[in-house]
Amino acid sequence: MAWARKDLLGIAGLDPAEIVEVLDTAATMKDISSREIKKVPVLRGKTVVNLFFEASTRTRVSFEIAEKRLSADAVNVSASGSSVSKGETLLDTARNLQAMNPDIIVLRHSCPGTPAMLAARLPAAVVNAGDGAHEHPTQALLDLFTIRERLGRIAGLTVGIFGDIAHSRVARSDVLALRALGARVLVGGPPGMIPPGIVELGAEVAPRLEAMLPAVDVLIMLRIQLERQGGALFPSAREYATHFGLSADRLRLGRPGLLVMHPGPVNRGVEVAPEVADGPQSLILDQVTSGVAVRMAVLYLLSGVHRAPAAEEGRGGA
Amino acid sequence: MGARILIRGGRVIDPASGIDRVADLLLEGGQVGALGEAAGEGAAVAQVIEARGLWVLPGLIDLHCHLREPGHEYKETVLTGTRAAVAGGFTAVACMPNTVPPNDSAPVTRAILRKAAEAGLARVYPIGCITAGQRGERMAEYADLVAAGCRAFSDDGRPVMDAGVMRRALEYSRHFDVALISHCEDLRLAGDGVAHEGAVATRLGLKPIPAAAEEAMVAREVVLARQTGARVHIAHVSTAGSVALVAAAKAEGLAVTAEATPHHFTLTDDALEGYDTAVKVNPPLRPAADRAAVRRGIAEGVIDAIATDHAPHGTVDKELEFDAAANGMIGLETALPLALRLVADGEVSLSRVVEALTWRPARILGVPGGRLAPGDLADVTLVDPEEEWTVEPERLFSRSRNTPFAGWRLRGRVRATIVGGRVVFRDGAVVAVGP
Ligand SMILES: [Zn+2]
Ligand SMILES: [Zn+2]
Repeated sequence: MAWARKDLLGIAGLDPAEIVEVLDTAATMKDISSREIKKVPVLRGKTVVNLFFEASTRTRVSFEIAEKRLSADAVNVSASGSSVSKGETLLDTARNLQAMNPDIIVLRHSCPGTPAMLAARLPAAVVNAGDGAHEHPTQALLDLFTIRERLGRIAGLTVGIFGDIAHSRVARSDVLALRALGARVLVGGPPGMIPPGIVELGAEVAPRLEAMLPAVDVLIMLRIQLERQGGALFPSAREYATHFGLSADRLRLGRPGLLVMHPGPVNRGVEVAPEVADGPQSLILDQVTSGVAVRMAVLYLLSGVHRAPAAEEGRGGA
Repeated sequence: MGARILIRGGRVIDPASGIDRVADLLLEGGQVGALGEAAGEGAAVAQVIEARGLWVLPGLIDLHCHLREPGHEYKETVLTGTRAAVAGGFTAVACMPNTVPPNDSAPVTRAILRKAAEAGLARVYPIGCITAGQRGERMAEYADLVAAGCRAFSDDGRPVMDAGVMRRALEYSRHFDVALISHCEDLRLAGDGVAHEGAVATRLGLKPIPAAAEEAMVAREVVLARQTGARVHIAHVSTAGSVALVAAAKAEGLAVTAEATPHHFTLTDDALEGYDTAVKVNPPLRPAADRAAVRRGIAEGVIDAIATDHAPHGTVDKELEFDAAANGMIGLETALPLALRLVADGEVSLSRVVEALTWRPARILGVPGGRLAPGDLADVTLVDPEEEWTVEPERLFSRSRNTPFAGWRLRGRVRATIVGGRVVFRDGAVVAVGP
């Protein structure tokens, strides 16, 4: 057993053995979800707080289902606003949480680094469920799980990630996780969406979708923030769909078995054409199923129940 | 004021006078008296300070700090700020006007000066607002402010985004021969960024501020300096591009000056790893190449002055998510030893560092001091260049503790600070309070 961390703050800093352990654990967890009685008692008596400072029904529900299937007591706290208002400090938040004595805190926050800041102050395990444009580690792990399940491996594959890399925590976590397990990663998108330093994370830049398609085994299309249009990364959804979207025609530029993924929710007809999203090459719904299994695995590993009582407590990485 | 003090046997380093030699220095009547082998001979000296092995420098002058009074006294006051100043070897500080209310009227200026007189420690030179209320719309009443004691003008922290307003302010400022200090930041380019746009911000997912946000504004100020003939001082230069723009402006003979902070020439954006809000500053910490350009700029005199941008904040301002945390760090008590690291590393000459902390800021502000010629102010800083010490935030004199240098081992320690011929700090203690 390689897993000895207190927290899951990001993919950065995880070693490949730890990633593989999550994926292997998730495989057994997926079996539980396919039984008639989808519940095991491994986290009975454990309290998990889902603390969402940023709305995300999909991720929160996925964690909640994972928690219930493991028999944990789940508490949902949704805080309004994208950041704590002046006067209530991060420490106040941490102290209040600690008073509830949770075992695991699942934290979604718009400000990067917030999970790390809380993890350093709290004895509870902290799971980063997305922090700004930093990381979304369980999303990356479920992406890897989905790919591995379908193709049997990660090493040696070429995976493309296309869209708003600059603002995407999914892209960062995916690049790091895929590289850790030996995949080649291409990233692309309009110039304003490719951030400096992405190459240092291990990705290669292939700006054009047409050029990327023939090279990849898997293509992850990122969600475009239509709200961000005021920020003018692209002129209109129509133009994005026309020039940067994955249409059925463009998909034919790819290899025959090319698999299409998307972290969801899909802006249908913008990043991915409906017939592609619903087509035979799409893994989008498989990702949702994998999400529950991967989150069950993460909660299980972080709860420490798999460890002998004397096991060394490792400090959270990333 | 100021009885006779003889500082005996120290190494007197005064770049403005071209002096660097072991000598006695006599202070009398609040002024520098004689300098030389037998400077104190025959005089009735009230106090002799043995300075063997010490450096005797003109009192350091910080042309950019935040004293937070009025309005944010929980962060710093004129008293606590000037205690920190003299502990750091500064005999004079110029304080930025972003107080509450901002220093855009003579009563505020006078209130700051009254507090400074009550403290009786460092000289305080208030900086007035460029525009009323720092709103960037209508210029403040410079005549009134200068009469009350303002020595420069700045909307620090709130760049004057309207170039037309800045142009008129520069033109008008010429009448008073004061520098307008520009916090160069194009707010549209900076957006809601919190870190330098580069590999580190990308890795950490921090919202980026491009170097262009600073450089575009520096370029604008250079153009306006050419247009108006006014004195423009660029605050906290942090990028290689800005250094190049200032160098070009100087080569052209424009009245453009610049400063850099110890944190920008010491740290890089790598310090953001771990999301320590103590290193959240504006402009942000930059990569090594920019830091190197800033160091070269200091070495070559393109960057005239070293200024602290001492920005005290309480834990309620800093113990927050990175995005929500306030910008700035304290710096008065670490500036000199951090600057001396540049000398130890062979990157900047000692005389250049001393000049950047004394004579040049005095000239930019148009104030006396910064030099040890006979008749100059008896403002002197004594430094033990060999003493090593560890930065312990709880032992600093500033009211705030927001420094990322906690635990750093620094070399060079202020042993005594003399203002107007009075010893106000000596051997770790502020020794005189009150007028
Ligand atoms: Zn500023
Ligand atoms: Zn400032």
